Amino acid sequence: MKRLIEIIRRDLRLALRQGSDSVMVVTFFVLTVILFPFGIGPEANILERVSPGVLWVTALLASMLSLDRLFQADYEDGSLELLALTPTALEILVIGKVAAHWLTTGLPLMIAAPVLAVLLHMNGDGFVALLVTMLLGTPTLSLIGAMGAALVLGARRGGVLLSLLVLPLYIPVLIFGVGAIDSAVQGLDYSAQLLLLGGILLAALPLAPLAAAAALRQALE
Amino acid sequence: MKVARDARAIACGLNRTGFVAFPPTSAFRECFPLAGAVVLLWCRAMTKGIPPSSFAGEKLVCIRGERVVFTQLDFRLTNGEALLLLGPNGSGKSSLLRVMAGLLKPADGHLAWNGAPVTDDREGHSARIHYVGHHDAIKPVLSVLENLRFWARLHDPRTGDRTAVTALERMGLERLAEVPGKMLSAGQKRRLNLARLLAAPAPVWLLDEPSVALDRASVKVLEAVIAEHRAGGGMVALSTHADVDLSGARELHLDHFAAAPGVVTGIWA
Repeated sequence: MKRLIEIIRRDLRLALRQGSDSVMVVTFFVLTVILFPFGIGPEANILERVSPGVLWVTALLASMLSLDRLFQADYEDGSLELLALTPTALEILVIGKVAAHWLTTGLPLMIAAPVLAVLLHMNGDGFVALLVTMLLGTPTLSLIGAMGAALVLGARRGGVLLSLLVLPLYIPVLIFGVGAIDSAVQGLDYSAQLLLLGGILLAALPLAPLAAAAALRQALE
Repeated sequence: MKVARDARAIACGLNRTGFVAFPPTSAFRECFPLAGAVVLLWCRAMTKGIPPSSFAGEKLVCIRGERVVFTQLDFRLTNGEALLLLGPNGSGKSSLLRVMAGLLKPADGHLAWNGAPVTDDREGHSARIHYVGHHDAIKPVLSVLENLRFWARLHDPRTGDRTAVTALERMGLERLAEVPGKMLSAGQKRRLNLARLLAAPAPVWLLDEPSVALDRASVKVLEAVIAEHRAGGGMVALSTHADVDLSGARELHLDHFAAAPGVVTGIWA
């Protein structure tokens, strides 16, 4: 447990001092969403109709941007070898790295999303649903992404391969995330979609670190 | 102190039984020397600091890609011993150290700690070893002290700041403690990596060419640190091309364990 906190602290400190990743992710998110009113046109009803989908798809692509650096830097400078030799399960350390990744990318996305929702004329009823789906969905994105990032470690053109691996697995999160907001905007009950999103998160929480740790051990051989 | 007190207590017990039941029965006479021997062995173990232990590999086979790097390799390390790995480039020195660390699975054979296979207790094995590889694992934006403290705490969460600073002093880096990692020269990075050995103690050190990039004075410090570690009952396995003075080290020539070209060995035999 102390080791888990230690690695989260180190990764947060690294992210703060380097600063580039989370700023880049949020900037990409904001700029891309701002492009949509220009591309689609300013009609409020059309923007309102597409806003859940636009926000979720963009958030998904933005969170993928920083994934290839998740293990790459540690792999290149030999830190990953030493992490694998730490007297604790590698899975625990993967959870720590994913938690730090979520705090530096998922959380800023969640904070930026409601502001952009105003820009897209999203109905006020959708705001709570947007925040809750983001809260349940973005950790899942980080977890699944960590699995992909560990698998492509050491491969050339890892970034392209990573998106091919990870995007299909992101689809359920996208469907239920957008579905929940759509239902909320129409005034319907959206607890089923939230339960499904929570279920996906609970399944990914033990499975993704297991798979990622196995892939990391393979990469180190 | 504790040992001396215990020994005195046992001696008193001997006198008393001798006084109460004299002459002692034959069973007593046989038991006392045995108990004395046990106490003596225990005392020796206590004074050494680390309990007597052994780290051994049997019939290890390593295959990289399609190539058999070494085969039928045995090694054995006990308290205070050093193993010097020698051989030309590509003879498997680094591979053997990675196998010892548990980073690489041997294709055949097994590693044992005190006779028990290390695969039974991976985390226990990781807690016993320090591995220094070719990469120095130093983050450019963290300071020297932060880098060292992170690795020491990951190895042993109870490590305090004081221990880390002492380790830096020993490696001659105390004046650079607040300098970020990106400012260090190759030799300073290597010294920082070696400071990990001192910041969180572990009985087995696996050092892959530790003297690379070190100046002559630093190699002397490294030799002294290794000698102290061995005097305290620690074990060292070290590969090198340069002259590192390890008195009484056993040499292991890896080219002796190379498979003859064309011969299929190990699990494929």
